[in-house]
Amino acid sequence: MRTAIASTQLTTRLIEATAATIDAHVELLTALDQAIGDGDHGLNMKRGFAAIREAEQELAALAPPEALLKAGLILVSKVGGASGPLYGSLFMAMGKSGAGRTPDRATVVAMLTDGVAALKKRGKSEAGEKTMLEVLVPVLAALSEGVTNDVPLAPLLDQVRQAARGGLETSRPMLATKGRASFLGERSIGHLDPGAQSSYLLVDAICNVFEEGVTQ
Amino acid sequence: MNNNVAIVIVSHSIDVAKGTADMVRQMVGDEVRVAWCGGNPDGGLGTSMPDIKRCIETVYGPRGVAVLVDLGGAETNSEMAIEMLPGQWQQNVVICNAPIVEGAVMAATEAAGGSDLAKVRATAEELSP
Repeated sequence: MRTAIASTQLTTRLIEATAATIDAHVELLTALDQAIGDGDHGLNMKRGFAAIREAEQELAALAPPEALLKAGLILVSKVGGASGPLYGSLFMAMGKSGAGRTPDRATVVAMLTDGVAALKKRGKSEAGEKTMLEVLVPVLAALSEGVTNDVPLAPLLDQVRQAARGGLETSRPMLATKGRASFLGERSIGHLDPGAQSSYLLVDAICNVFEEGVTQ
Repeated sequence: MNNNVAIVIVSHSIDVAKGTADMVRQMVGDEVRVAWCGGNPDGGLGTSMPDIKRCIETVYGPRGVAVLVDLGGAETNSEMAIEMLPGQWQQNVVICNAPIVEGAVMAATEAAGGSDLAKVRATAEELSP
């Protein structure tokens, strides 16, 4: 994405912002997951993003796609629940996709496209099954549309954030057919999906970082 | 060391994994190599991709490895562990869609008779609805 921030600084800010939002919302994620899952999503995400933060200096020295790839590997190794391989596959595929490409907006769209495809494959899932995809699929659509239409960064970020928030809400009335929540059947209806909630938090935090880049 | 299909047991709980392995050993003795792991990297409930990979590497042989898992994350982490193995090993390691305890015992019993990986997997998966 076009931004005035240097890439090392950008990586550091993204790591700090994502780890901070997960830290601040551990109890929310735990509560959502206790309602329809096994209650470990908050602590698992906290452990994963804390491990990424520990590797911050090493990651900041890498090109952003390589840093994403490495961060994905850290999540896969450290998280312990299903969210590790799921977020790990997303980040790793984004990193592989971006490696060697010109760092522009089209590349960001291509990276997220490949990341979401890898996530669907790993989870054997599509949007509509009450998962992280309820947020990430609309986010990808909003980002892709905005980039195609050459929307300036600030409104583009707003559109992406709105897509994330709207997508999160769509998970509430859904019947879970994937993941632990699917064991509950109709009792899963009426609860926000914890994975969609964590995806929303991450997207929102990432948008904030790019927004700071615009205003400075 | 023998040439039978090996078994890997992956549970969210280290106690379930170890208990399942104990039952398998009591049923089939040393005829089948068995490795097990459970718990997340902090020792809580969960699974660890590096631990699963290490288990598979410990028991791997040319006849292959059948992996028994309990819940969602155990399966997803096992899939990733298999993808991290050397390319020619990957098709020799399968995750059985079967209940972990019964599946492990049935798979090991089948493996102890010298059956190939496809037969071991099919026997374990007969237990699934």
